[in-house]
Amino acid sequence: MGIAREKVDQWFIDSFDPELWDAICKMDAGQNEYGYDPFGFHPEYLKYLGPTAQWLYHHYFRAETHDIQNVPDKGRVILIANHSGQIAIDGMILGSAMLFDHKPPRIVRSMVEHWVPTIPFVSTFMARAGQVVGTRENARLLLDRGGCLAAFPEGVRGISKTFDRAYQLTEFGLGFMRLALETNTPIVPVGVVGGEEQMPSVYNFEKAANLLGLPAFPITPAMLLLGPLGAMPMPVKYRLYFGEPMHFEGKFDDEDKVIQAKVDVVKSSINALISRGLEEREGVFF
Amino acid sequence: MNRRRQRKERIVITGIAGRLGRALAKRLHRTHEVIGIDRRFTPYMPKDISVERADIRRRRFEDVFRREQIDAVVHLNIMHNPRQDSSLHHDFNLVGTKKVFELCAEHKVPKVVVLSSANVYGPDPKNPQFLTEDAPLLAGTNFGAIRDLIALDMFCNTFFWRHPEIETVILRPVHIVGQVDNAPSRYFRLERPMTLLGFDPMVQLIHVEDVVSAIIRALTPGIRGVFNIAGPSPVPLSLVLDKLGRHPRHVPELVLRAMLQVGWSFKLSDWPWPELDHIKYVCMVDDEAARNQLGFAPQFSVDDIVYDLLHRQL
Repeated sequence: MGIAREKVDQWFIDSFDPELWDAICKMDAGQNEYGYDPFGFHPEYLKYLGPTAQWLYHHYFRAETHDIQNVPDKGRVILIANHSGQIAIDGMILGSAMLFDHKPPRIVRSMVEHWVPTIPFVSTFMARAGQVVGTRENARLLLDRGGCLAAFPEGVRGISKTFDRAYQLTEFGLGFMRLALETNTPIVPVGVVGGEEQMPSVYNFEKAANLLGLPAFPITPAMLLLGPLGAMPMPVKYRLYFGEPMHFEGKFDDEDKVIQAKVDVVKSSINALISRGLEEREGVFF
Repeated sequence: MNRRRQRKERIVITGIAGRLGRALAKRLHRTHEVIGIDRRFTPYMPKDISVERADIRRRRFEDVFRREQIDAVVHLNIMHNPRQDSSLHHDFNLVGTKKVFELCAEHKVPKVVVLSSANVYGPDPKNPQFLTEDAPLLAGTNFGAIRDLIALDMFCNTFFWRHPEIETVILRPVHIVGQVDNAPSRYFRLERPMTLLGFDPMVQLIHVEDVVSAIIRALTPGIRGVFNIAGPSPVPLSLVLDKLGRHPRHVPELVLRAMLQVGWSFKLSDWPWPELDHIKYVCMVDDEAARNQLGFAPQFSVDDIVYDLLHRQL
């Protein structure tokens, strides 16, 4: 039993380039003497993600990053990206990019919904892989500890929009800006190009979504043709454009209007990154 | 004030027969004059500790305060037995605590230390990873039997505001393990403890001697308020069980819950099933206030705690 387990673990580890694996193990997220950070993150657990994440990242979505070194090597930072594509593949791609393409690798801590800890296995796995329940206290603590946070301020609004509004940013939440001001954290804007085409939705069937308790129920042409199989995202090419770190100053508890103005600066820079990406790409799938 | 400095400080420990009370008395009796009170029989105690066998709700308890000027009261006489009848539980904890506080106010005791627990916050999936002292006490949401302990904690808080002349300290330690007979220690002593399949929350443990140190720290003049008390850095539950060399049984939640419900009603198990949430969700505290204001830092690591659990008999 023990030997079999060791062999399986070794197989997972072997899926990584040895140098990369070494760097991943050396990531510093403030682990204690037992190798865990206070949120339960343990770099070695990332091995179980290795084969799937690498295959998706390198082969299925063939992700490509531009100026990823704009993200500082250490210290607190918030990555703000546009959200798209009906299912949150962009979060996974962004996390993988920071692990596989950033030198040195950095673990992206994203904020998960509060029902995630109620699901067996998922709860443990998410915690070990560095994901954290989304509360303000947790975000603040992560940044205080020099973490790299990712947020999609559009939330469900962005992810569930129909294809006619592809690459048009929806309303941004203000919470991330208040957090950045409060903790004096630089913001790196990220433009994600490709996600919109993975699952083009023609209609958001809201009644069905409400019935099933889902945030959205997209109807895609592929679904009409292939049934549930159509819910698979298409192998689009993901392109990630990282902007220069932005620093903001001011009171974090200012009026919404003042905060909104700052958020709009981030929003327009993400827009610029997306337009650059759309201009540079020659096709959706290659 | 001067006269008080010349003699040893006189400290009343309620619930001295308990393991924590005994541990505290043994640490204090050389430097302080210790008076213990308990309605239970108190096993061996050093000779210079005077032990009164009385119920804190009864009149005999008052005499202790009438006889001599008391410098501090450490209130540990709080019932945690889930098997005990709930009305007795409520009565003993709330009426008893009220009595202790009334006597302190009446006899102008300058300091009261109460041992509450971090369990009053309650494990919950929506919890921030570390709860501060002002987090709401929500443990009663799913677990009715803990409501008296929450009410007790709240009662001490109101006393704190009503009697500013008395330094009230409320300590909320995380799971105390070691030579104590409480739920977490019993769980870790099991040869094959059950865990919930697919859940492995981060837990904070604290060694019983560290809790004693925190109480002694709280006796320092000038200290008042509510403090979360945490031990060494948090670790996953599975890591503690691993270090203990246990072979846990991983049981699906629905099955374990049903088993505990049946076991509880047939008196085969003393584990109230709502407490399963403690091995499912996080309920960890932020102990920054204790570190900064109280000057408390835990001395016992997870390995020390594990060693003591394995090598010291209860």
